[in-house]
Amino acid sequence: MKAAALPLSLLTLLALGVLLGLAHGEVWLNPLVSGGEPWRETVLWEIRLPRVLLAVLVGGVLGMSGAALQGLLRNPLADPAIIGVSACAAFGAVLVLYTGLAGLLWFALPLGGMIGAGLSVLLVFLLTGSRSSLFSLILAGMAVNAFVGALIALVLNVASNPFAMSEMLYWLLGSFANRSLQDVAIAAPFMLTGGGLLLATGRYLDALSLAEDTAASLGFGSPRWRWLVVGGVACAVGAAVSVSGNIGFVGLVVPHLLRPFVGYQPRRLLWTSALGGALLLVLADVLVQAIGGRVELKLGVITALIGGPFFLWIILRTRSTQW
Amino acid sequence: MVSLLRAESVSFSFAENPVLQAVNLSVAPGEVLGLIGPNGAGKTTLLRILAGLLDAQQGAVLMDGAPLQTLPEKKRAQQIGYLPQGAPAHWPLTVERVVELGRIPHRPWWAGLADKDRACIEAAMELTDVRHLRQRIVTELSGGERTRVMLARVLAAQPRLLLADEPVAALDPHHQLQVMRTLAQVAAQGSAMVVVLHDLGLAARFCTRLLALDAGNVIADGPTLDVLRSDTLAAAYQLRIEVSKDAEGAWVRYRDA
Repeated sequence: MKAAALPLSLLTLLALGVLLGLAHGEVWLNPLVSGGEPWRETVLWEIRLPRVLLAVLVGGVLGMSGAALQGLLRNPLADPAIIGVSACAAFGAVLVLYTGLAGLLWFALPLGGMIGAGLSVLLVFLLTGSRSSLFSLILAGMAVNAFVGALIALVLNVASNPFAMSEMLYWLLGSFANRSLQDVAIAAPFMLTGGGLLLATGRYLDALSLAEDTAASLGFGSPRWRWLVVGGVACAVGAAVSVSGNIGFVGLVVPHLLRPFVGYQPRRLLWTSALGGALLLVLADVLVQAIGGRVELKLGVITALIGGPFFLWIILRTRSTQW
Repeated sequence: MVSLLRAESVSFSFAENPVLQAVNLSVAPGEVLGLIGPNGAGKTTLLRILAGLLDAQQGAVLMDGAPLQTLPEKKRAQQIGYLPQGAPAHWPLTVERVVELGRIPHRPWWAGLADKDRACIEAAMELTDVRHLRQRIVTELSGGERTRVMLARVLAAQPRLLLADEPVAALDPHHQLQVMRTLAQVAAQGSAMVVVLHDLGLAARFCTRLLALDAGNVIADGPTLDVLRSDTLAAAYQLRIEVSKDAEGAWVRYRDA
């Protein structure tokens, strides 16, 4: 089947990427054989595995969320940041760091992020009402983004000491380093639930490619479909941001790159972008560690450094055509 | 004839502006009901209410005698096809993929295309003469080709009722005739049609019945030629309308009143 070729090859590459992620580090280890010295097991399964798992999950939900939002808004420039989810999740997490709760409860940080993401949906919902146009959804998202951005700046501004501030700033930059399996365990259910909700909207997104009226006439007139997309993104991205910080451009670039390969079909793009996003972040995380240096670069910095110009290049290349 | 869809004293207003006032309408299987009237008469709003995309503020729309709002969304989508004006496409999908979208209401969410779906898609593409365009990108087609593709999309669902909003606007005369002929053909097989039209000549040739709206009121409803010959229609359009008949059908001529 031609249609299955792309997901299958992405899946194969992802499996290889995961193996590479486990094998690569300060020392090369073969994850496929067990035994040897005890530290070997610790490094593989307690240090590297959480990192690789998070890269797969976070990359997957960021890619899928970007694809879902681009389908919903029928705009190739949409990404999870646009409805304010990323910013609100970051704010929730920053507040937890600021108040010191993060040190008291191991799950406070992810919880703060997810509460923030949930609040962003509530806020956007209150601002637009349930039957609003997609245009007002974007406007509400921008308003929430701007305001929450200011709140984050405020918290950084009033941070009591440089150490607390640098902790928050570092966290905002986005990274998978020093995460435990506990972090994975608390965020994964939310990421998987969000991803499941998004997959359920596939046909709605397909129908939306013929505009809202036609989608409504095809049986998707109820506003619950839109909120299913927004809620799925909030759940998945909220959980992702709360364990990894802000990792930009994945939700924007991955669906955009893969769209021509799935015949521009929004539903097929969901799965494909999840695989593509996971692959991208697994490889990017290997790259971050390979660069090394005195201070390990944050993953969010790398994705933005590579993603920004890359996206610009795509825009310039396709400027003549519509998308 | 038993009506398939009936609107009973439907009223609607945007803010304080009344768009429709106590409109009655009914359409039966096999009929091509033409919705005519000057710009701003409320034709598109009426069509969207009939499609269930907009709820009437007063009055009721009945499908098979039951209120349209009580019909589950999926059932409604299976039975009522809606072709909006201009019928936009947002992504450069191939023609085949677009026509396939018409089968969404008939497919369980987990299933791919069944044989029945494929048969309906092929039949719809055959009827609208777009089979040779199958692999073309829908956003790159000419206006006439795209209209036919969108019509194929609606027909693929095999709706019992088809609502089309100015399906021939922006088409050249040849393609206007082609699209109208297809609609008449589908109606002859037992579907009901409601078509918004501006061209009185096409209305005369292809509609079995006409309903004329002016400023939200029904000013004429009846057999095509009777409506075209009515004084109220001429007054609403501010035209003098002449209708003649020959072996090929009815012809309409008009000039300023």
